[in-house]
Amino acid sequence: MFRIDFNKLRFLVCDDNPHMRRILRTLLHSFGAREVYEAEDGATALEMYSHYVPDIVITDWAMPIFDGLELAQMIRQPESKGNPYAPIIMLTGHSEKRRVTVARDAGVTEFLAKPISAKGLYQRILNVVANPRPFIKTKTYFGPDRRRNTNSAYMGPERRVGEKHEVMQQPSLLDKARSSI
Amino acid sequence: MAKNSAKDIEVTAFATHQVITQPNPLRKVLRRIEEKDMDDPIGRAEQALAGLSGEFKDWMTTEVNRLSAAYVAVRHEGFSQERRDELFRAAHDIKGDAATFGYPAAAGVAESLCRVIEHAPDLEKVPAELFTHHINAILAILHENTKLDSISVSAELSRRLRKVADDYLAQVNHDRPEHLEAILAPSIVPAE
Repeated sequence: MFRIDFNKLRFLVCDDNPHMRRILRTLLHSFGAREVYEAEDGATALEMYSHYVPDIVITDWAMPIFDGLELAQMIRQPESKGNPYAPIIMLTGHSEKRRVTVARDAGVTEFLAKPISAKGLYQRILNVVANPRPFIKTKTYFGPDRRRNTNSAYMGPERRVGEKHEVMQQPSLLDKARSSI
Repeated sequence: MAKNSAKDIEVTAFATHQVITQPNPLRKVLRRIEEKDMDDPIGRAEQALAGLSGEFKDWMTTEVNRLSAAYVAVRHEGFSQERRDELFRAAHDIKGDAATFGYPAAAGVAESLCRVIEHAPDLEKVPAELFTHHINAILAILHENTKLDSISVSAELSRRLRKVADDYLAQVNHDRPEHLEAILAPSIVPAE
């Protein structure tokens, strides 16, 4: 069995609702987390993200001015100075299929529909800690692999094309990673 | 801690995409333990959440007051984008939080209200009663929730309001298939 040492994890929580921030803080501290930073809007969260370099981001979607979706898109900038790979858990009252798809396409790692539960939150955190997915970069997407499973019975056309031809160095990514050491 | 050094990041290029792999940067927080040593973080967190429950009615009251104020602003000054967004966010917060606060029927009513705000083609043309019935229902659920016999009434109220709202939305969106699809689509997200 595995246990997560929450006291070694740094969280950034972004929600405009103070009650939900209090609930999240309570749950994370109960899990054992010590470092929980809070922002009440996406712009503040982005600043805190650069400053504190959290291991995991938990964000609401609907917020004024700069929402959780935009926050995810700003974090998932492969050329940015910060860490574009941090797991993002979207905690939201939105639960419609198209919303989940939009969040996934913005680079969100896990989606957790409200009402929040201790079990649901713990499982999402366990998943991002224990089962990180590779990142995919295309012309229009940068984020965790949106294919969670391999479907051997899939009969449709392959949307990702091309053979693996080389391991190509990416100067921008490497430079970015070097600058962050 | 959640960063790998540059040499650990490997980029494999394909014709249309790149696959970027790296060792799990959070691997150091995972510890293998014996089952007998496993504590119960979820139980601990549920207990802590229960410890907050004494504040939930006050929190719910704050949320409902915010919704009422947002609608009063709309009634007096009409639907600007800002007032529409505030009304939606207030309803949306109740949709997400009310069940945690012990008012699941209010969450259902708030969800129905969110759908009206999101899918009505012209909010100025939505009958005012549709808004007031939703907001009054949430107020009633908040004030009557502790009475056991009101729980089933709250659930029935929520169900009927949703039906009225959905019928209205289906009617006004008959020529907007993308909205009709969204209105009729069930939620696909598991709660846990």
